[in-house]
Amino acid sequence: MSGIYIHIPFCKQACHYCDFHFSTSLGKKEEMIGAIEKELKLRKAELLTKVETIYFGGGTPSILKGEEINAIIDTVYSEYEVIDDPEITLEANPDDLDLETIKVLAGSRVNRLSIGIQSFLEADLKLMNRAHNAKEAKDCLDQAKKYFDNISIDLIYGIPNMTNEQWQENLDVAIALNIPHISSYALTVEPKTALHSFIEKGVIDPVDDEAAQQHFNMLIDTMEEKGYEHYETSNFAKPGYFSKNNSAYWQNKPYLGVGPSAHSFDREQRSWNINNNAKYIKALAKDELPIERERLSAIDRYNEYVMTGLRTIWGVSLSKVEKEYGQRFRDYLLKQSKRYVDEHLLYIDDDKLMTSKNGRFLSDGIAADLFMVDFAK
Amino acid sequence: MKNIRNFCIIAHIDHGKSTLADRLLDFTGSVTEREKQEQLLDSMDLERERGITIKSHAIQMDYEYEGEQYILNLIDTPGHVDFSYEVSRSIAACEGALLIVDAAQSIQAQTISNLYLALENDLEIIPVLNKVDLPSANPEEVTDDIVDLLGCDPSEVIHASGKTGFGVENILQAIIERVPAPEGDPDAPLQALIFDSVYNTFRGVETYFRVFNGEIKKGQKIKFVATGKEYFADEVGTLKLNQVVKSSVKTGDVGYLITGIKTAKEVKVGDTITDFANPTTNIVEGFEDVKPMVFAGIYPVDTEDYEELRNSMEKLQLNDASLVFQPESSAALGFGFRCGFLGMLHMEIIQERLEREFDMTVITTVPNVSYHAYTNKNPDDAFIVNNPSDLPDPSTVNRVEEPYIKATIITKSDFVGNVMSLCIEKRGMITNQTYLTTERVELTFDMPLAEIVFDFYDRLKTVSKGYASFDYSPIGMRVSKLVRLDVLLNGQPVDALSALIHADNAHTIGKKMCEKLKELIPRQQFDIPIQAAIGAKIISRETVKALRKDVTAKCYGGDISRKRKLLEKQKKGKKRMRQVGNVEIPQQAFMAVLKLND
Ligand SMILES: Nc1nc2c(ncn2[C@@H]2O[C@H](COP(=O)(O)OP(=O)(O)O)[C@@H](O)[C@H]2O)c(=O)[nH]1
Ligand code: SF4
Ligand SMILES: [Mg+2]
Repeated sequence: MSGIYIHIPFCKQACHYCDFHFSTSLGKKEEMIGAIEKELKLRKAELLTKVETIYFGGGTPSILKGEEINAIIDTVYSEYEVIDDPEITLEANPDDLDLETIKVLAGSRVNRLSIGIQSFLEADLKLMNRAHNAKEAKDCLDQAKKYFDNISIDLIYGIPNMTNEQWQENLDVAIALNIPHISSYALTVEPKTALHSFIEKGVIDPVDDEAAQQHFNMLIDTMEEKGYEHYETSNFAKPGYFSKNNSAYWQNKPYLGVGPSAHSFDREQRSWNINNNAKYIKALAKDELPIERERLSAIDRYNEYVMTGLRTIWGVSLSKVEKEYGQRFRDYLLKQSKRYVDEHLLYIDDDKLMTSKNGRFLSDGIAADLFMVDFAK
Repeated sequence: MKNIRNFCIIAHIDHGKSTLADRLLDFTGSVTEREKQEQLLDSMDLERERGITIKSHAIQMDYEYEGEQYILNLIDTPGHVDFSYEVSRSIAACEGALLIVDAAQSIQAQTISNLYLALENDLEIIPVLNKVDLPSANPEEVTDDIVDLLGCDPSEVIHASGKTGFGVENILQAIIERVPAPEGDPDAPLQALIFDSVYNTFRGVETYFRVFNGEIKKGQKIKFVATGKEYFADEVGTLKLNQVVKSSVKTGDVGYLITGIKTAKEVKVGDTITDFANPTTNIVEGFEDVKPMVFAGIYPVDTEDYEELRNSMEKLQLNDASLVFQPESSAALGFGFRCGFLGMLHMEIIQERLEREFDMTVITTVPNVSYHAYTNKNPDDAFIVNNPSDLPDPSTVNRVEEPYIKATIITKSDFVGNVMSLCIEKRGMITNQTYLTTERVELTFDMPLAEIVFDFYDRLKTVSKGYASFDYSPIGMRVSKLVRLDVLLNGQPVDALSALIHADNAHTIGKKMCEKLKELIPRQQFDIPIQAAIGAKIISRETVKALRKDVTAKCYGGDISRKRKLLEKQKKGKKRMRQVGNVEIPQQAFMAVLKLND
């Protein structure tokens, strides 16, 4: 199976914490859509298997008009072989999802919405400079639920000054609305973001890892209690509602990413497009791909597998490590993981090396320690 | 022989020995413009970088004075107390010494200790007031200090500057006129003193010597008296900037010898070289088998590098005979070596050379001195403890002795109080206090050597604002009330962190040790209790709190390789960490417990 990721690099306004690639000036929107369609045509030979998922990410794909979205999807269908019931996701922001738009989307091939709610609380939305307010957040979900069954929302915790009660309230609203998929992230202060500079200047309080950890534990407990599966560090779903597109990233499946800054993976190499809208458009106008590629060594692939595997309910399969990388990697993995198993942060379930509940919030450092690296490099 | 002068330069560290040596070489035309570089005789990178002389060096200069040609053999000596034995042997090879005193700093501890060594060997002392070009120079007062110290006439003190070259000609004149020519019997059996050796990968060990009687000829069968080994003198010669091959080196002269010796250990500084067939009955006095003063374990950071470490240590020993080591194993660190060093600087140098020249990443454990333990069963036989974990069970121990030193400290009178209380805290007993001038005081203490190992130099510097110089010499073993302080990480004892300390200080040191380790051990994914214990009794504890959050929120398409690279970098940063039990300990934590007061 393969997936196609389409990056729509426009947003209405910049959220304070965001370090994604987007532009707030929509002047080049038509040209951008043309360029993306061009890229889809130029790269069709890269996908060797049928397309099972299409994902519009951003930026803010809901900035596009219904017909623009349809045109892109049509291009995919005409250039690629698509399975009968693909998962087609559109990331959308609440302020774009009025009833009219929802109806248009429902009439298109889009069958899954991933909605950037982030919080149901006014103060949080203001602090993050989101374009929507608390009321819009709830209203859009009420409407969307009437037309879409497969809905995911994003929720952010660990926001400065967010209390445990406030966080619980956010979770309770989501559950009351019976949203089948929740992606929930700890607020991360990326360098060179507005949030970073506000914290530096003391305008906003710094994030508190201890609070974030409590929120994370509340999240896990609540989700589990309500029948969601914690299938990836930041992702929870009711049975049958895992994101197929995102699962592909963690299961080493190939995907093609089009649009500026989009990444692709064909199991042997990773490639990424230039993250500059004007240069992207210009290159495609000349039928050129503004792309860089990197071939992955066996060590790189092992490291990626360990890193992503520890984040998911699929864990790291010891037999797979042995089969793909050899006995040496398996032995090394077991040796390195011993102290984490001793400290109950990892456990081995049959063939799978998994993170325990306590280990999940620490999996990066653990993964790094299980990495194979060539110190001479 | 009457036109040979053998002299050394002695001084407190940084008073300008190496710089002045450069000027003498320039002035006598011993180096060409092209060969010139600063601190010419300091040939090791480490010596140049740190500005210290670690090894002795010898060089021969030709100089015409009043129509006669003279040979001047200069022997530059190491400037650190760790190497005082080598200094003493270099001094024994000479008839005269330039005593360099910094015109701003005046007399310091090593000025005095080196002067005494020179006087013991009946050397003619030529006092040189150096750095007179400095604006802060204080020539009158410092000259008075020198006159007081030597009992000489002020006119005998030569004013000079290694920087500008001022006074160099006067120094050369004084060397010729004041230093006696060597005496000796050219027809007597060969008697030469080994004062240094250098390892050369291609030629084996080059032995540096001074001939007292007889001569040493190419091809001659010779014998080293102390080791009893016999060799043929494959090559002999004198030491210009490059070696000059000669058919013989005669009475009174200084030269080098190559015999095909492959390991530095075979050449013992202080040993006498004589003729095999017609040996001298007169060995050069003062030979000692240098004994290591400080011991520490050296372990590879990566257990798999043990064999490589052994190879490296062996190679290092080829050119540093004073390094001794033997295999040992530690419950915490696996296989490694217990090494003996001349002192703390020597230890640092070895560690640094292992890293630089052999690309080994090593852990050095908490250093200790050599103790003598006497058991109740055998109260008269000393059991030598070079590793705290070798200390027998306390209930079976009759007594423990530790090495003591006589410490000499020269400081400004303002700091006497501070220095005194530091030394008392370090279990020192004052034995003498002499005012050298109204402002400068010489203090002597009897102190346990172990206290010098633990954080002494830095603290002395701090309490005296840098105005204290320090020197020591061993004065034998004394009984002490010692206990072993153990450190437990995550409930497991880490033998590499154990130390023998005085019972009265145990609680304070245990507490500081825990605090220091807490500072040095990075937070990990779980809590790490740190405990200090004496026997089964925990006397102090701290905890390194677990990390709270260490995971990227989002890990989709492009995040994967970015994050992978970041984590790979993090993993590489762990190269200098050693896992003990489940805890990762950074390399520097093992040593930094020595700096408990930082
Ligand atoms: N101003 C001045 N500085 C000097 C003089 N001689 C040496 N120095 C400086 O003093 C420091 C120590 O000199 P060095 O020759 O390495 O001393 P050593 O430790 O006795 O060998 C170096 O920074 C030299 O540049 C001098 O005559 N005048
Ligand atoms: S809408 Fe999304 S992509 Fe745009 S600025 Fe906000 S967080 Fe970033
Ligand atoms: Mg020097």
